[in-house]
Amino acid sequence: MSVTAFIVISVVKIVVAIIVLLTAVAYTVWLERKVVGHIQNRWGPTRVGPFGLLQPLADGLKFIFKEDLTPPHVYKPLYIAAPMIALIFALTSISVIPVGNWVNVAGISTPLQITDVNIGLLIIFGITSLGVYGVALAGWSSNSKYSLLGGLRASAQMVSYEIALGLSLIGVLITAGSFSLREIVDAQSGTFWGFIPRWNIFQGQIVAFFIYLTAAYAETNRVPFDLPEAETELVAGYHTEYSAMKSAMFFMAEYANMITVACLASLLFLGGWHGPLFGPPILQAILPLLWFVLRVFVFLFIYIWVRGTLPRFRYDQLMAFGWKFLLPLAIANLMITALIVAVKS
Amino acid sequence: MLHLVLFSIFAVICVAGAVNLLVQRHPINSALSLVVVMGSLAAEYLLLGAEFVAAVQVIVYAGAVMVLFVFVIMLLNAGEEERTRGSRVALLLGIPGMIIGSVLMAWVLLEHSGTPSVEAGALPGPPKTIGWLLFHDYLLPFEVTSVLVLIAIMGAVVLAARPESAKGTREV
Repeated sequence: MSVTAFIVISVVKIVVAIIVLLTAVAYTVWLERKVVGHIQNRWGPTRVGPFGLLQPLADGLKFIFKEDLTPPHVYKPLYIAAPMIALIFALTSISVIPVGNWVNVAGISTPLQITDVNIGLLIIFGITSLGVYGVALAGWSSNSKYSLLGGLRASAQMVSYEIALGLSLIGVLITAGSFSLREIVDAQSGTFWGFIPRWNIFQGQIVAFFIYLTAAYAETNRVPFDLPEAETELVAGYHTEYSAMKSAMFFMAEYANMITVACLASLLFLGGWHGPLFGPPILQAILPLLWFVLRVFVFLFIYIWVRGTLPRFRYDQLMAFGWKFLLPLAIANLMITALIVAVKS
Repeated sequence: MLHLVLFSIFAVICVAGAVNLLVQRHPINSALSLVVVMGSLAAEYLLLGAEFVAAVQVIVYAGAVMVLFVFVIMLLNAGEEERTRGSRVALLLGIPGMIIGSVLMAWVLLEHSGTPSVEAGALPGPPKTIGWLLFHDYLLPFEVTSVLVLIAIMGAVVLAARPESAKGTREV
C-alpha cells in the first residue's frame, strides 16, 4: 500500500487507540470506586448520572478547574516534566498491543494494532523501564522529604520487580518462539482434546502467570505493594506536592499502566482474542474484540478486588519478597520451561 | 533518502545531548541528557537494522544504568557546579588539541571514503540470529563475561557491607 495510505491509516489508528485508552482509564477509575465501595459495604458514586457513570466526567472537570499551584521551592523544569514523562510512557505501550486479527476495510487490510514489530514484547519492557523516570524525578524535584523518600522507594520497588516480570515472561517466549505479540497470541489458537483452549496457562505457564501478576502489581504500585503512595505512610509519596492537572496525569498514568498490564496478561497467558465464534458474519467480526475486552475486564476486576481485600506490605517485606522469593522462583520456572521445550523438540 | 534524513536527525539529537551534558551545571540535567543520548543511540541501532540491540540498549542502558545514576545524584544531593573563572592551560592546550583532532579525523575519513559503508540489514538483527550466534559461535566470551559480572556483584556487596558485621559485634 502507498506511503500516504499507510500514514493516514496509522494516524487514524493512533487517534482511536488514544481515545479508547483515555476513556478506559476514566471508567477504570469509576469501576474501582464502585467495586471497592461494594467490597466495603457501601455504594460507590451514585449521584452523578445513573449508577454514577458520569462521575469521571465530573472528576475531569474538577481537575481542570482546580488551582494549579506550583510550590516555590521545587525544581521547576523537572517538576513540570515529570508527570508528562510518566503519562507519555504509560500511553506509549498501547502501540504494540494487538486487539484482534487483520481486518479488511474497503479493500485495505490492516492489523488491529498500531504497529506489528517483531520485538513487541521487548519494546514493552523498554517502556516499562523508562517509566521509572517519571516517578523518581517527581519525587526529587518536589524538594520535600516525603516526596523524595516516596519517589526513591517507588523507583527502587519498580526496578526490583521489573526483573521478576521479565524473567517470568521469558517462559512464555520460549513456548511461543517469538517476541512479536501477534505471533505469541497466534500460537495459542486451537484447543487440546477439543475443548480445553490452548492458552499459555494450560501450556505449563501457570507459575509464570502468578509471578507475572504479582510483579505487575508491584510495577504499577498497586496494593498490596503501594507503600510508596499510601496516605498513612508518606503523606502521598512522590505526588504530594502536585495539584490539579499534574496530579491527574500521575493518576491517569497509573491506571493506564494497569490497563497495559491487563492487556498483556490476557494476550500472553489467556489467549488474546481467541474464543468461540458464532452467529452472523458481522457478529463474527466483532466477537474476537469482545473476547479480548472481556479478558481485560476480568484482570482489571481482579486488580481492584485485590486492592479492596489485602493489606499492604511493609517496605522491607516488599523488597525481600521481590528479591528473595519471586526472583528465584522466576529463574526456576525459566529453567524448567527451557528443559521441557528442549526435551520436546 | 529517508534513511539519511532520519540518521541526521538522531545524530544531531545525540550530539546535542552530549554537548548539553557537558554544558549543564546541575548534575541531574547532565544525567537526563545522557538518557537522551542513549535513546538516540538506540534509534541509530534501529536504523541499522539491529532491533534487538536497540531494544536492549533502551532496557539496560537507558532504563537501568541511567536510573542508577539518577538515584545516586538524587541521594547525594550534589548541587549545581560552581562557576570558576576558566583556566589558561585549558585554552592553551585545548584549542590546538581540538583543531589537531578534527583535522586528523577528517583526514582519516577522507582516506577511507572508498570503502563501502555498512548496509542496513547486513548485521544480524532478529533476536533469533543473535541468540544463535551468542550460544554457538561466541559461547566462551559470553560465559566469561557472566563470570566478570558475578565478580562485579561480589565486589559491590563487599564494598557496601557494614563495618560492624565484619567485626562480629553489634551494639543495640
